[in-house]
Amino acid sequence: MTFAESFVVDVDGLDALVQVLIQRGYETKGPTVHDGAVVPGPITGVREFPRGVRDEQAPGRYRLGKGDERLFAWAVGPGSWKADFFPANQVEWRAHTSEGALSFAEVGTASTPLAIIGARPCELAAIEVFDRVLGEGAHPDPRYVTRRDTCFMVVVECAVPAGTCFCSSMGTGPDVKSGFDIALSELSDADGHRFLARAGSSHGADVLAAIPHALASELDLRARLESLEHAEASMGRHLETEGLAELLARNIEHPRWSDVAERCLSCANCTMVCPTCFCSDVLDISELSGALERRRVWSSCFDLDHSYLHGGAVRSSTSSRYRQWMTHKLSTWWDQFDTSGCVGCGRCVTWCPVSIDITEEVEAIVRTDGAARVTVPTSRSDS
Amino acid sequence: MIAVSSAMRPSLAVWKFTSCDGCQLSLLDCEDELLALAGAVRIAHFTEMSKAIAPGPYDISLVEGSITTPDDEERIKAVRASSKYLVTIGACATSGGIQALCNFTEPGSYARTVYAHPEFLSSLDTSTPVSSHVSVDYELHGCPIDRGQLLEVLLAFLAGRRPVIAGHSVCQECKARATVCLLVENATACLGPVTRAGCGALCPSLGRGCFGCFGPSDTANVPSLRARLGANGATDGQVSRLLATFNVAAPKFRAREEGVTP
Ligand code: SF4
Ligand code: SF4
Ligand code: SF4
Ligand code: SF4
Repeated sequence: MTFAESFVVDVDGLDALVQVLIQRGYETKGPTVHDGAVVPGPITGVREFPRGVRDEQAPGRYRLGKGDERLFAWAVGPGSWKADFFPANQVEWRAHTSEGALSFAEVGTASTPLAIIGARPCELAAIEVFDRVLGEGAHPDPRYVTRRDTCFMVVVECAVPAGTCFCSSMGTGPDVKSGFDIALSELSDADGHRFLARAGSSHGADVLAAIPHALASELDLRARLESLEHAEASMGRHLETEGLAELLARNIEHPRWSDVAERCLSCANCTMVCPTCFCSDVLDISELSGALERRRVWSSCFDLDHSYLHGGAVRSSTSSRYRQWMTHKLSTWWDQFDTSGCVGCGRCVTWCPVSIDITEEVEAIVRTDGAARVTVPTSRSDS
Repeated sequence: MIAVSSAMRPSLAVWKFTSCDGCQLSLLDCEDELLALAGAVRIAHFTEMSKAIAPGPYDISLVEGSITTPDDEERIKAVRASSKYLVTIGACATSGGIQALCNFTEPGSYARTVYAHPEFLSSLDTSTPVSSHVSVDYELHGCPIDRGQLLEVLLAFLAGRRPVIAGHSVCQECKARATVCLLVENATACLGPVTRAGCGALCPSLGRGCFGCFGPSDTANVPSLRARLGANGATDGQVSRLLATFNVAAPKFRAREEGVTP
């Protein structure tokens, strides 16, 4: 079996894949339906996948409906794999005070290796962005690195993008080229319901060899390309990335920032659902028993406290907070990590309670590039 | 264990004004921590717990309830004068509570509805937060307050640090616990985006929209949420009614409440 070869696996074969990974000691997780949405959850076999489910997504709106026989005919939901590598609440260290002396206890890095079965291409791209943030540099997060290095990744290419997807604009989907152990494409046509499978690592090839599979035909390969072409043509959103980082950098005084601030709730839903948002707060907790704990918790540039320096918050207005968020994603992320901070998953668009759409906000600035900032009367409060 | 001799322990006083007692009950609710707490502070004045009352001054006072009577007005000044730190607890003390509905109607109309002989009452025309009368060192929000947050305020006071209590929205807690957003998924009217965190997004996790117990978040943009709830089919009056509960008089929730009638 070589990496370049493609195989055909049927639904039972997919179930076998899950079983092999469980036998090999992985904690197996994948997309599941919970509370009316497709979200990450435990997987013990194909029955937990969102079979026969379709999603309908628009700015500020998400509905699940009935689909066909396919298991992966939907786009990403509100949860992302970020929570598995960068938990919402993680203990960094523990300590104890006793008679004035402080003793520290280590919080280990060991955990059961994780197998993700059914990540979408944009989700893998988001994890690769995260690798640069938490996995590289002078101080990589040891727990992140362990969890990531031991992770087995099965990516399923997208056939049915949602109304808020724009991965093709960001070069992160609907197909996947590298970074996976196994890549699958779900096919459902006259030749039946099946998966086209490719290995992306020796580990992946090994697992693929252990489940029932057949060599793919020319027709199967063509069916995959047609499905991808169709997906590409049905992206709900588009973002022009050419010159975008510079465009935003020269428009930091654009009146659109005040316009979006009228609508923005500063509720932080966009940053919570974004698979690449990594901001955190560090909390020191002391207990009556003398126990101390340092925790890292999710935070957001939409929090007033997030930019709190001596004497007050630096970004006290919603316009400055929204601008920070969007220019970081699309412009300054390049300076910081040499990549875009946005992978085009559309989550921030769907899950914004007031339907703010990052692609539409960019479009508004593109249309009026260089517009002077409207002078704000000094009596107006800035929040 | 931070246990020191009685004389060295800071003294704690708990005061009640116009309120339901639920918030001070949160202190007794700290069952597992109560003994340790009693070892760290001297509970000098807490009539819900003990008739034994030690005289002031007090190192830290927890004040529950809003100011609704001439007597309240005088008493809160005395509490302030005898307290080194004054912390208000709960929606009544921090925003006036649900009884502040009376602020938006003709004076005395609620009293006439509820009492057979309102002439025996001696009350003010409004229900106001403690901070409208005396200076307050820290405000702990919620209806009722969260007992974990109450302990955190006391622990921070004992350790001389800032309490770890967020001013952001309930949405952030909702997402941290991976609840699927009700507003986006099924158009439930939810006040989470404008409400201060603290409860851990309890109601959305059980399929109910947030009622706004903790009052406006640091950055609440109520007009924008109003527009969204309106687009979902709620009338202006329905949204006003939603906002007119425990924190009806909080400035950011109040904006359009003048028309609300009992
Ligand atoms: S900014 Fe929005 S579209 Fe881009 S990766 Fe984040 S959530 Fe997805
Ligand atoms: S853009 Fe939308 S989701 Fe993000 S903070 Fe503003 S209102 Fe909330
Ligand atoms: S359910 Fe309510 S609290 Fe939770 S994210 Fe949605 S709007 Fe916010
Ligand atoms: S109504 Fe809102 S603030 Fe109150 S408990 Fe429920 S979610 Fe929390």
